[in-house]
Amino acid sequence: MITVAQVRVRMALTALIALILTVLPLPMWLDVLRPAFLVLTVLYWSINTPRAGGIGLGFACGLMLDIFQGPVLGEHALALAIVAYIAVREHQRIRSKPAFQQSLLVFAALVFYEFVVFAIDGWTGHPGTSPLRWLHCLTGAIVWPPAAAILSYTEGRLA
Amino acid sequence: MTAFGTAAGRPLQGRGGSPGFQFTLYGVLAVVIMYLDQRVHYLEHVRYALQATTYPIQLAVNSPPSAWRWLRESFQTREALRAENERLRARQRDLELLAMRYDALAHENGELRGLRDALPPVAERWLPAEIINIQLSGLRQRLLINRGASNGVFKGQAVLDDRGLIGQTTHVGPWSAEVILITDPEHAVPVRVDRTGLRTIAVGGGDGSSLALPYLPANADIRSGDLLLTSGLGGVFPEGYPVARVSEVHRDAVQPLAQVRAMAFSHIDSDTEVMLVWFRAGHPAAPAATASKATDVKSGNAAMQPLAAPPRASAPKRAEPPAPAPAPAAATEAPAAQGDSPPPADTPADTPADQPQVPPR
Repeated sequence: MITVAQVRVRMALTALIALILTVLPLPMWLDVLRPAFLVLTVLYWSINTPRAGGIGLGFACGLMLDIFQGPVLGEHALALAIVAYIAVREHQRIRSKPAFQQSLLVFAALVFYEFVVFAIDGWTGHPGTSPLRWLHCLTGAIVWPPAAAILSYTEGRLA
Repeated sequence: MTAFGTAAGRPLQGRGGSPGFQFTLYGVLAVVIMYLDQRVHYLEHVRYALQATTYPIQLAVNSPPSAWRWLRESFQTREALRAENERLRARQRDLELLAMRYDALAHENGELRGLRDALPPVAERWLPAEIINIQLSGLRQRLLINRGASNGVFKGQAVLDDRGLIGQTTHVGPWSAEVILITDPEHAVPVRVDRTGLRTIAVGGGDGSSLALPYLPANADIRSGDLLLTSGLGGVFPEGYPVARVSEVHRDAVQPLAQVRAMAFSHIDSDTEVMLVWFRAGHPAAPAATASKATDVKSGNAAMQPLAAPPRASAPKRAEPPAPAPAPAAATEAPAAQGDSPPPADTPADTPADQPQVPPR
């Protein structure tokens, strides 16, 4: 039995690592393929500990991400909060699925996340027309099973 | 493989409101933040503080590459260091040779402009900055440098490297600043074609090294290999710094505009240091002072006014094209005019007699 406070510490630590992985400089072709680690982390905590504040985590992580690479403050924060909310709402349905189906659902969530960011980009006058921006949804879905395994390992061992 | 990624301690005591309430709260907060940041620009201080809090993360992200660089430099062989020293010494000698005549030329330029003294160089002060992080995706091309407001860096400051223009600062934190590159698709730099004096705007191409010149008509006098310099308009960059070289020009008979691409001089992928430059206010080549920060459409940007700079001596007007062969009309009266008028072929068409001849540069 672990308390909410302990879970929150782990949420913060894993989110920090995911943020570092997200802003790590990579060559351009690899950067396009880089999965959205932060979204995967927020999704994991929202699905597996739905009452520990995944939405707040999404908002905070998104704000950090906006500082690093957002054209306008609050953009990624909103997108991540929406994705986290959906994951919290549907956590029982997602949690009971086998890994492959979970990956498909994560793919859908990533596409939705990217769409929200894309739409806000357009509304705020920063249109990004490169279709390559959608590519990370695919790699994110592929990376999801190992990422979830690593995160669940962390959750068990850090107790 | 059911229940993948199951947590050990699933039953958790929940706190806070219901998911719906939390979502509404954070969603509204995010939208308010976006509005304040985008429309009213109220959040400069919030950004400043957040940039300060994320600075340690940036340093941590940058530590593996910089540690690798440090290791490589400290284990360099004596031979390699000696060779590099040799090369640098040769380069310094060449640069000193080039700089030798600079004072005399600056004085002469001042006299030509009708000034009593030579103009001081337009760059008053400069500061090297280390690149902490590079973002080079197609949509965003930004740098993070390790100088900020504590070093006197301000928003909209020009950033150069040893080969040309790099970009300008967009967000300034206490110890770091974000630089938007000239190759970012959201960045535009006013440029002048060195050969013809034609002014236009170069927009970032989005692939890390190229720029596009989208506002040139199809009959504009521009060709591959033309040098693009900053034009000094726009209030950020001073006049006359190298930006890019035109690499391809496409003229399509159907399109009213020419499609021109240029390659930037700066090599951001091989740089580890950039230069922040402060320019002398009131210098003819300096960017116009930004009087007000209001840059909305209604009031207009005070910085967008053209400079009242004296004409440059180094940009000669294009010479008239050589006179064509005598037209049929001239041919009919040629016998009458033969005796009293000198033949027009005597004065070379390239250098009219009333203009001083400008030595080739």
